[in-house]
Amino acid sequence: MDLFPLWNSLRIAGISTVIIFFVGIFAAYYIAKAPRIVKGVLDVVLTLPLVLPPTVVGYLLLRVLGPKRILGAWVLSAFGLKLTMTWWSAIFATTVVIFPLMYRTVRGAFEAFDETLAWSGKTLGLSNSFIFWRIRMPACRQGILAGTVLAFARALGEYGATSMIAGYTPGRTATISTTVYQLWRTDNDALAFRWVLVNVAISAVVLLAVNFLEKRKTPRKGGA
Amino acid sequence: MSLTVDIEKSLGGFHLKVAFTAETGLLSLLGASGCGKSMTLKCIAGIERPDRGKIELNGTTLFDSDRRIDLPPQKRRVGYLFQQYALFPNMTVRQNIRCGVREKSGAEAAVDGAIRAMHLDGLENLRPHQLSGGQQQRTALARILVNQPEVLLLDEPFSALDSHLRFRLEREMLQTVRAFGKPVVLVTHDRDEAFRLSDSIAVMRGGTIEVTGGKHAVFSDPKTRSGAVLTGCKNISPLQKLDERSVLATDWGMRLTLAQDAGKARFIGIRMHDILPGEGENSFRCRVTEEIENPFSFTLMLRPVDCPDAMSVGWETDKAAWRALRADEVTIRLPKESLLLLKE
Repeated sequence: MDLFPLWNSLRIAGISTVIIFFVGIFAAYYIAKAPRIVKGVLDVVLTLPLVLPPTVVGYLLLRVLGPKRILGAWVLSAFGLKLTMTWWSAIFATTVVIFPLMYRTVRGAFEAFDETLAWSGKTLGLSNSFIFWRIRMPACRQGILAGTVLAFARALGEYGATSMIAGYTPGRTATISTTVYQLWRTDNDALAFRWVLVNVAISAVVLLAVNFLEKRKTPRKGGA
Repeated sequence: MSLTVDIEKSLGGFHLKVAFTAETGLLSLLGASGCGKSMTLKCIAGIERPDRGKIELNGTTLFDSDRRIDLPPQKRRVGYLFQQYALFPNMTVRQNIRCGVREKSGAEAAVDGAIRAMHLDGLENLRPHQLSGGQQQRTALARILVNQPEVLLLDEPFSALDSHLRFRLEREMLQTVRAFGKPVVLVTHDRDEAFRLSDSIAVMRGGTIEVTGGKHAVFSDPKTRSGAVLTGCKNISPLQKLDERSVLATDWGMRLTLAQDAGKARFIGIRMHDILPGEGENSFRCRVTEEIENPFSFTLMLRPVDCPDAMSVGWETDKAAWRALRADEVTIRLPKESLLLLKE
């Protein structure tokens, strides 16, 4: 059994999760503070990838990143780099698809944050960066971790948009999900089943981690 | 040492317009919830921004809309005790207090001093959720005091506590405040608390200060109807002027002689415990419509016998006295010096 799809899936999911960890927190922090109308509009736009079929996301990405499209053509002429059909092309797909998961979970945590903690920090003379990193982030730790784990799990299972933008080339762009489809299509049922088991095992571990994180939630304040 | 506030702020349909000066000692902003008292504290601390006006603390301008001065909360040196104390949940008592130290040299000594002064010895390494309400309050105060503020703002400091704890913590708070020796502003809706703790009181309603003055003056002459309600007067009736020195309390059907001219007053009030039994000026034969037993007193709802449509007046009297007097009808007296003349 060639383990390339496992390794490829893990690195794609890992890299996109790292990117989305920062982008998601940044977006959630600023959008949670935005005026109501701005918040409403951005919320719809940024959550769309969660509800759109992955093939639609894949199509839209190809419209932008394809070698004959605006961005794709420019990068190709400027750097000689093709943005589609490489292993890292899948990162575009997974990043877009998992962004809403991270963004929404973290925003929920930020909105539940008791703002009087930040206010009292300010009146005590604490800097805004101290308040963000030492008070706000630790208080929202559970939500941020849960969002990250969920995003990673979703990235690992991405199929539609990935197969459209990175294709399926054994040993080059194959991921677990695209491999399962190809093996089933070519009647290699036994091997497909093994990959299915691998996928189920990884997902189960991830969900266990999420549950574990949620159970550890301690009451924020006694009595209140 | 003084804090001068003169600000305006509109928020939706609400308009805040307050002006007051707090000297060394304790000033209470007394008002029902939603009257703008917490908003006033937030403006002083720099958490909310007034639309117009000026805030000065010991000669330093914290905010001035004309001169475009708006110091960030970090530079205002305002000690703000929040309703739920706002202790940082991820830090221990000691770490919380250390957050309040501005001068990092000698920080540990300052923290040790605050822990001892606030009787927090032995609790240093606990987290806020492991503390009782009183301990949380002392930790929050310690954190504020090591910060060396120029003014102390207390936002309903006892509302998060069980009632049996309040009394003792109020005494502790009073000692802390006296030792502080700088202006303190307390926000509360509890008249007893305001009276026990304050030197002066400002009664707030609908975003403005209606009455202000020394606590005894405010309680003996609350001047407005809502001032009377907030200071605990339960008997209030519209009045109709009869002549120079007498009015008809229309709700109660009582003709009352006054100690002074009614002037522009629209209402008349009397505190339940200011009513006395017996004959004399302003006395009325009344039927007891309801007898309410309190833990340490009786409240009797009384209606003049010759005025069966009138609303009842409440009279509070101690238990032994009522048991000796108990009857279906009694004669009560509303002493003219106890009558409150109130504007709208």
